[in-house]
Amino acid sequence: MNRTDALDMVRESISRVIPDADVGALGPDDAFRDMLEMDSLDFLSFVEVLSERSGIRIEDEDTPRLTTLAGCADFLVAHTQ
Amino acid sequence: MAEFTMPSLGADMDEGTLLEWLVAPGDPVHKGDPVAVVETAKSTIEVECFETGTMANLLVEPGTTVPVGTPLALIGPMAEKAGKPGRTKKPHKPRKPAKARKPEGPTEAEKVEGRRPVRPVPTEGEPSEPPSPPHVTVPVPVPVPTAARQPGRIEAVPLVRHLAEQSGIDLETLHGTGPGGRVTRTDVEEAAAARATARPPRVRATPLARRLAAELGVDLTTVTGTGRESAVRATDVRQAAPGPSAPARPSGATPVRPSAARPSAEGPLEDRSAAMRQAIAGLMTRANRDIPHYYLSTTVDMAAAMDWLHEHNRHSPVGERLLPAALLLKAAALAARNVPELNGFWTDDHFTAGEGVHLGVAVSLRGGGLVAPALHHADALALPQLMTALKDVVTRARTGRLRGSEVSDATLTVTNLGDQGVETIFGVIHPPQVALVGFGRVVDRPCAVNGLLGVRPVVTATLSADHRATDGAVGARYLTVVARLLQNPEHL
Repeated sequence: MNRTDALDMVRESISRVIPDADVGALGPDDAFRDMLEMDSLDFLSFVEVLSERSGIRIEDEDTPRLTTLAGCADFLVAHTQ
Repeated sequence: MAEFTMPSLGADMDEGTLLEWLVAPGDPVHKGDPVAVVETAKSTIEVECFETGTMANLLVEPGTTVPVGTPLALIGPMAEKAGKPGRTKKPHKPRKPAKARKPEGPTEAEKVEGRRPVRPVPTEGEPSEPPSPPHVTVPVPVPVPTAARQPGRIEAVPLVRHLAEQSGIDLETLHGTGPGGRVTRTDVEEAAAARATARPPRVRATPLARRLAAELGVDLTTVTGTGRESAVRATDVRQAAPGPSAPARPSGATPVRPSAARPSAEGPLEDRSAAMRQAIAGLMTRANRDIPHYYLSTTVDMAAAMDWLHEHNRHSPVGERLLPAALLLKAAALAARNVPELNGFWTDDHFTAGEGVHLGVAVSLRGGGLVAPALHHADALALPQLMTALKDVVTRARTGRLRGSEVSDATLTVTNLGDQGVETIFGVIHPPQVALVGFGRVVDRPCAVNGLLGVRPVVTATLSADHRATDGAVGARYLTVVARLLQNPEHL
């Protein structure tokens, strides 16, 4: 998976969980969880969707790396190589 | 013939708007079935039936706002088709919004009182009612609407009063033809028939639209409705209003009761959140005024719980993972079973213990505001079940519909603001409950463990409790039990 695809997948996954979120306005280094007021249930759903789409099993321990679009994309790219 | 009445879906509800019938006359209904959709200031709720039988008459049309306790429908015995002929043939006029008839809102005591009788808490596991009950108890007509009149001035038997009430006829306008000038059933029926032919059909409009129209001097019959079934909405009224777009609430107006400002569920978001704000304002003001709160706090070591949680999640599919919230809620529910003095209601100057632990979970809504639907029998749910129930109720609170029993049955509420990053929360009790449990964020803190300094995950658990119902010792016992339970997560 290249980085562009990874970023798209992350944005789509966020949109699935929070349909009215303006993901286009999120910068790569914005803490999207705070900006979108995602609670722990939303974040768990996001991890679920992302895991499902990418086929990568995401552990609890990985979640601190998944706070920004860039962080998520890096994680996906690193785990598909 | 039993009455299905507008339920009280929480202490902050005086009236509700019937949005939709989910059943038709003649349909069989069972205790616990959702039969109608009701809109309150806070949310749209599916209301369950508390009788088993056959839906006979629907007394109130969708779009109508009525006070709590108003009969909405009649439910006949199971076998019977649709009630007795004659009475059922005649379609009931939709009830007028009864605001004008109420000179003042019910007293606090009445509101609290009203909550219990109209919403018998269904006890799960209790054998269901026989399919054809030989006698269905008919609730005494709710006295709210007639209380505004001076009884005795107009002579009429209760049945006739009830009929007049249902037909929207003011008895005082009638000339009684019965003995001693008594108003008879025929008098009321004739008046209702005359009115039906004389009056133009009532315009379908949302409650907020009606209020706005009155404020702005807009004739509703001239407005084209864009809502469901051409119902006139607030935006339609604003567009039809003369002059520049008028403010929703003219300055200097007397404060509007929360219920009076209720917009339709389909109304603009800002109207909806304004109504939500007012509903919360009303309830929380009352809570802080009436309830002498006391507050306790303790720090709970979460090392065992978090280790157990991570281990569980490592071996579970992503969809079956647990959050710390599940463990905290379960501990709060079990502790409530252990300390039943905090699980229930303060009504009529005394405490009534809840039947079962129905844990209200404060859910913040994306448009602002919050609701606290109940997880029924949370103390008896295994963690995976509790997690599933939590996801389900949060999703429905935010996107879909909650059930009537979910919004009114909570015996104790938990607020878990840890998600928003705060460490400690001292909440305001949701009347008529007597306590509110708060959990902050699970954070790593330096701790003394076995004489050594270590870094441990901890959570601050708090309790706001009603001093009328309990003393600090009871509250302390509760928090101690919560802390102890969280040390043995495998037993939760």
